[in-house]
Amino acid sequence: MKPIIEVSHLSKRYRIGSNLKPYVTLREAVFSLFDRDRDNKNTFWALEDISFTVEPGETIGIIGKNGAGKSTLLKILSRITPPTRGKAILRGRVASLLEVGTGFHPELTGSENIFLNGSILGLTRGEIINRFKDIVDFSGVHQFLDTPLKHYSSGMQLRLAFAVAAHLDPEILIIDEVLAVGDAEFQQKCLGKMNEVASSGRTVLFVSHNMAAVNKLCEKSILLEHGRIKAIDLTPKVFEIYLAKKEQHGKVNLEPVEGKSCNILSVGVMSDKEQFTDVIASDKLFYIYCKIQVNQPIRNSQVAISILSLTEGVVVFSSGHRDADRKYHETLEPDSYEIKLKVPGNFLNISLYAVNVRVWGEYGHQQRDSHADSFQDISFNIVETDSLASRFADKRKGVVTPLLEWQFS
Amino acid sequence: MNRLKSNSDIEFVIKPTGSFSLQLKELWEYRELFYYFTWRDIKVKYKQTLLGFLWAVLQPFILMLVFTVFFGGMLKVPSADESLPYPIFAYSGLMLWNIFATGLAGSGNSMVTNANIIKKIYFPRLIIPMSSILSAIFDFIMAFLVYIGILIYFQYMPPIEKLVLLLPLSILMAIFTSFGLGCFMAALNVKYRDFRYVIPFLTQLLFFLTPVIYPIKMVTNEWARILLSLNPMGGVVHLSRAALIDKPVNWELVGISGAVAVLMILAGIIYFKRTESYFADIA
Repeated sequence: MKPIIEVSHLSKRYRIGSNLKPYVTLREAVFSLFDRDRDNKNTFWALEDISFTVEPGETIGIIGKNGAGKSTLLKILSRITPPTRGKAILRGRVASLLEVGTGFHPELTGSENIFLNGSILGLTRGEIINRFKDIVDFSGVHQFLDTPLKHYSSGMQLRLAFAVAAHLDPEILIIDEVLAVGDAEFQQKCLGKMNEVASSGRTVLFVSHNMAAVNKLCEKSILLEHGRIKAIDLTPKVFEIYLAKKEQHGKVNLEPVEGKSCNILSVGVMSDKEQFTDVIASDKLFYIYCKIQVNQPIRNSQVAISILSLTEGVVVFSSGHRDADRKYHETLEPDSYEIKLKVPGNFLNISLYAVNVRVWGEYGHQQRDSHADSFQDISFNIVETDSLASRFADKRKGVVTPLLEWQFS
Repeated sequence: MNRLKSNSDIEFVIKPTGSFSLQLKELWEYRELFYYFTWRDIKVKYKQTLLGFLWAVLQPFILMLVFTVFFGGMLKVPSADESLPYPIFAYSGLMLWNIFATGLAGSGNSMVTNANIIKKIYFPRLIIPMSSILSAIFDFIMAFLVYIGILIYFQYMPPIEKLVLLLPLSILMAIFTSFGLGCFMAALNVKYRDFRYVIPFLTQLLFFLTPVIYPIKMVTNEWARILLSLNPMGGVVHLSRAALIDKPVNWELVGISGAVAVLMILAGIIYFKRTESYFADIA
């Protein structure tokens, strides 16, 4: 059997500046005759030499950081924008959902919008009529079908939009991040529907930041990095590669300030394998690392590390290096120290965090004061895997997601 | 989305923009989308208006009254023929002019107003400006019903066989002109939003270069006549009057206008097709 999607050497070049113009104007064309490097200077490859095949019935996740080229790839496969080089062959009816509710018009009623949106998504009038009842049932907006869409709440609009999308019947389904919206209950419903689609033998290409959803739906995944394919493999293996970042990621070196009693030389985040990274799997332990240089003895010393959730805007916890032994009166002698704070897995919820390191204490005639402070110099992401934090469609409520003991009697 | 039913023989290849092709077969497969876009345009246009579809009729009707009072009455502008009442003369030109004016405004802005759809889903892009023209034709049909009413009111009996022959020809020429120019403007509008301001200006300018309020025989200067015939709407409006009276058609004028109209639709579509693949990137 032939692969249902065959992508070979697909590349897309955008022009930098002036709105990423993908075309060359006459004036520029003339100038480039005299300046041969010009083309390379003002362009960048959003996608470069992408090749892969998808067999019928496969569900493929596409992951990668923002700007890795995920959306560009989907746009090309949806025929919205042409590639600069290479080609792709798609064998089957394609429906692409780069957004739900494409073409919804606020002045039209709910049922009118079902017909308009369905038609834009490629359903025939007959197909829409046949599925109309199912669509309305799924959306749950029965009593508002004759109300103009502008009077709908955003949640209702979304439900209607997804209801239409869920009743497409393509052989190839291309989905971009459409689940990242709506309330938890509705997301759960959508995810269930997606699961149904994926397990019914349809071929699905699924882009998402929700790694739990990718993990659930996709046996295989493609990792994009800077427009190139970094890995194609079974999803857990791709995740491993995605999470294991090269050194220097997740570590910053700070310039020492002359004449200070103490300097923080570097701050970093380490994975459980003690490698610097800025992406931590939520179920893995990790270390906050810092290196300090003490120039003068610091009395009553305390090195304190606090973690700030950048999405929630709260300090999640602070910890001092004397918390356990309570020897708050110890003096930190001049030397350089490498410090590691171990943070357990299954603890921090999915979010973006910043690290703050401070060295407190007294020296000379100085009262207790902070001698060195690094604030938000380093940030890291806790991302979901199939762990506690992600046993729901999206993230669990709360700042922390500890693994707790339950007793039933 | 391919609408063919069997799975095995559907195969499409995505590759860098290649040679020019109209892809009429694909347009035909998407015929329902035409209908829905047109239906949406018409519906939205008259939604939440008190008078609804009456607006399609009121505009040319009121303009006709104004023109009749000012040009026909006060300025004594003659109609095309002594036997032809000025209101019929003005209205017959106006309703065809409106195909052009509404069609051009709609199609010229269509790619920008539908940018959010273009960026998210594929379908043959030509559908969008075409639907704008179709909704302008809907307005024309409304206006045409009133036209018949006006003819009955004045008890004016036009030569039927001439009307049946010439009016469709003039409608076709108006469609060609507005669609060609509309496609051109739509494509340019995506790239340079300046054309949003060019369109109403151009429409106004052409209105004076088109013998809507004055008969073409008033233009006596030879050069001005050539200029008028190069304006395809000149031929359109002339045909609409020639269909009403017993005078021979100026085929030289109609021929030149028709040729320009055909040229316009070809140039418009070619330019549109050549640039459409990048609409999603720059819209």
